[in-house]
Amino acid sequence: MKRIAYSRRDVAIAQARHRYIPIVTTILAILIAALPIVVSSPIIPDFAFLVLISWRLLRPEMWSAHIALPLGLLNDLVDGHPIGQSMALWTITFLAFDIIDSRIHWRDYWMDWLIAALAIAGYVFGGWAIARMMGDNTAIGVILPQLALTIFFYPVVARIVLALDRWRLAR
Amino acid sequence: MAPPSTRRPGFSRRAQYGLFIGYIVAVGGVLLAVLLMIIATVDPRGFSALRGAALDVTAPISGAGRSAVRFVGNAVDGIGDYFFAASKNAAMRRELDATRQKLVEARAIEAENQRLQALLDVTQDTAARVATARIVGSSFDSSRRLATLSAGSSKGIASGMPVRGPEGLIGRVIETGRFASRILLVSDGSSNIPVQLIRSGIPAIATGRGDGTIEIKPLEVGKNPFRKGDILVTSGTGGIFPPNIPVAMVVRADRDITVARPLADPAKIDFALVMRVYQPAADAPIEGSDALADAPVEAPR
Repeated sequence: MKRIAYSRRDVAIAQARHRYIPIVTTILAILIAALPIVVSSPIIPDFAFLVLISWRLLRPEMWSAHIALPLGLLNDLVDGHPIGQSMALWTITFLAFDIIDSRIHWRDYWMDWLIAALAIAGYVFGGWAIARMMGDNTAIGVILPQLALTIFFYPVVARIVLALDRWRLAR
Repeated sequence: MAPPSTRRPGFSRRAQYGLFIGYIVAVGGVLLAVLLMIIATVDPRGFSALRGAALDVTAPISGAGRSAVRFVGNAVDGIGDYFFAASKNAAMRRELDATRQKLVEARAIEAENQRLQALLDVTQDTAARVATARIVGSSFDSSRRLATLSAGSSKGIASGMPVRGPEGLIGRVIETGRFASRILLVSDGSSNIPVQLIRSGIPAIATGRGDGTIEIKPLEVGKNPFRKGDILVTSGTGGIFPPNIPVAMVVRADRDITVARPLADPAKIDFALVMRVYQPAADAPIEGSDALADAPVEAPR
């Protein structure tokens, strides 16, 4: 990487990358749901939520909690959830992260994973409970494989997000 | 490195107020989202314009690579086959023996059927067809079982229409955009379909379980009338779904629970047929309309 920007254009590109990479990658992760994958049981992890919490846990100061509202709305629209489900669950997750951040100042890798696992469990069970309240009678056992898989996919996604972050901040 | 505290941004009043307002927006947003969900529960068709537009925007992504569906589906199947090879082999051998006997019976029935059809000059009723479209995607990261269809209201598809594949019923349209629509699959937890047992005509309700299977609940109490291998078809009761569309085959029949697998696997179907909503009572011609007022109400046949 070159250390000195040669022109204003280079500076503008670097700044745009710096600012928009997190939001763009999260939106791309949301759009994964629009890929032509047809399966009959929920086993594929929710990458949108994983990318979202990976960015949030990596860079706590970057986003304030209300950024989850428009992103959640987009996720609801793409995924076919009732409008408001991801908006509420994602924002509640971010608010919970803010509380955790104010209590725990030293976080390491395992701590991050634990927090992420709790957030994923809250999100998956929240989605299940909301569907249940709306007249769906899916048994709780159906979502457990996906829950486990999503938790184990967190480190993978966190690595990818970390690499993106280094590229974002490289100059 | 200890992460910087996000709670107190410093001594700047402006930054502190900004943070505070940020939290108010977030909490207010959560309340708004809950309100939106309540509205969605009361009126599932609310925001249909917005949802339809979102479907239209994402449909090209889904439609672009249908081959990927096959790839992923085959890969998942392949892994499963590898793990369950031995038990599958034994099961298939048993199935083969049973099928041989059935085949002979089926040939006899087919011959009979052909004779009867020629007799009655039955033609396939194509008037119920609205559109033919491809299944281009499905929800795969939540407990809801939804699929995306590559045709929308521009082809006459409307919310509520039943969708079937060559093997059987796939589901029902719940949202439409101009060029795409969303289907509630029969295996979704909120899908209830009136069915009947093809063998004896016993009525039942087929409710999705969310994991690709269906639970069959008989309407009459008593001994479980279902056996493994039974085929269920729609009964046409209550409208929406036309009668005699194959729905599912029973894979497990215990004393208090009957689990069936849908005959139409959305992952393997290329084309789906959208049909008109079945409403026999409304479509039937009114007999003797001038004498309608004093005529006794006929029970629907």
